[in-house]
Amino acid sequence: MQPYSIDTSDQGRVIYTDKKRIWWLLSLVNPLIPLVGLVGQHYSGSELWLFVPLAFMFVLGPVFDWVFGEDENNPPEVLVPQLEQDVYYRILTYLTVPLHYMTFFAVAIWVGTQNLSVLGFLAITVATGFADGFAINTAHELGHKRTRLESWLARIALAVPAYGHFCIEHNRGHHRDVATPEDPASSRMGENIYQFSLREIPGAFRRAWKIEQQRLARKNVSLWGHHNEIIQSYLLSLVMQASLVYAFGWIMLPFLVIHNVLSWWVLTSANYIEHYGLLREKQEDGKYERCQPHHSWNANHKYSNLLLFHLQRHSDHHANPTRRYQSLRHFESLPGLISGYYGMYIVAYFPALWFNIMDKRLLALPHIQGNLGKVNVAPGRYAAIEAKYGQSGV
Amino acid sequence: MASPVSETNGLCRYQCPGCGYTYDESCGDDHEGYPPGFLFADLPEAFVCPDCAVRYREDFVSL
Repeated sequence: MQPYSIDTSDQGRVIYTDKKRIWWLLSLVNPLIPLVGLVGQHYSGSELWLFVPLAFMFVLGPVFDWVFGEDENNPPEVLVPQLEQDVYYRILTYLTVPLHYMTFFAVAIWVGTQNLSVLGFLAITVATGFADGFAINTAHELGHKRTRLESWLARIALAVPAYGHFCIEHNRGHHRDVATPEDPASSRMGENIYQFSLREIPGAFRRAWKIEQQRLARKNVSLWGHHNEIIQSYLLSLVMQASLVYAFGWIMLPFLVIHNVLSWWVLTSANYIEHYGLLREKQEDGKYERCQPHHSWNANHKYSNLLLFHLQRHSDHHANPTRRYQSLRHFESLPGLISGYYGMYIVAYFPALWFNIMDKRLLALPHIQGNLGKVNVAPGRYAAIEAKYGQSGV
Repeated sequence: MASPVSETNGLCRYQCPGCGYTYDESCGDDHEGYPPGFLFADLPEAFVCPDCAVRYREDFVSL
């Protein structure tokens, strides 16, 4: 419990208080945001409230990041074991799971019973899709941990956005192949987010199934049985979503399709900005160098990091994937984004703006210095990028 | 392709230097489909740490 302390032989007594401890409660906000629209409409009678959740995420998010600024504080390394054992942090990740379920069902029931206008329907459906996309973020934090409970909670969380293959794909595929041309979940310089999504969504699906198929073959059990961790999560999605269609009829079909696709899109957006253009070098033995901190983009913005379990301290996450969110560290001189993910998502959705901001930042990184040979460039875009930026530094 | 337990029965443990995952030859790794007695040397060439996927087989240290 706070303050954490330990007696060491070389530094004497080390004491640390996590100033963000109470603020991590903000991680419960994401799954609750769509409910603001429902409660607002209920009391005011106006469907305009259904647009508030989207504004909350994509207007207030970047504004709060700008207002509250960045945080470069790290816990002392000797106290990380204590920080990781503090169950408070774990309970927050557990709690977001039922909250995502509650909101998903509340909105589904609302859409199924309130006779909304097309615009109102779209606003709340899109917002809930985005909010439940962050269920993938919760599953991400849980799915990297070794305990059975957390591994199961991850699969249960993934059932809400119907993306049960994520943990296998991410932990065993993306982390292995990150920042290489082989990774469908690492974006290339000159590739816009729309092109990227068409490579990432099917590519991730195929890679997850291949990895699970190989594992189950080694265990000598059927790919189509209960041992398949992808199917476990998909079944839960099927039961939930089929029940909603049965209960509320055809209106659930567009609701679920838009909701699910938007949730996947949230993950696509995160993947797009996390490794844009970064490239691990190939060694003489034909394998890639191990993932280094400069192979991920980072943001230290307080507000969005609190909502996203420090996902934006992405370099430390890739270097130490099993580290818990409360102990992820900031490092100096790493690839840095100009805003948290909420703001960067918006930038990414306008490709000209994205390229304008990010291409220069990418080429200016200390380990690249304009050398396109050290950049993961989209194959068809090489000539155009070379013509625009030259090959300085080669 | 499970390989027999070595003649001396001297089964070893190997640890990922990044995250601490330990492959114990006497236990194998049931979740990953490696039975007890499956030698570290017989793991696939493309084996990566099952917990962090950052480190490759050749990075593991013998305990």
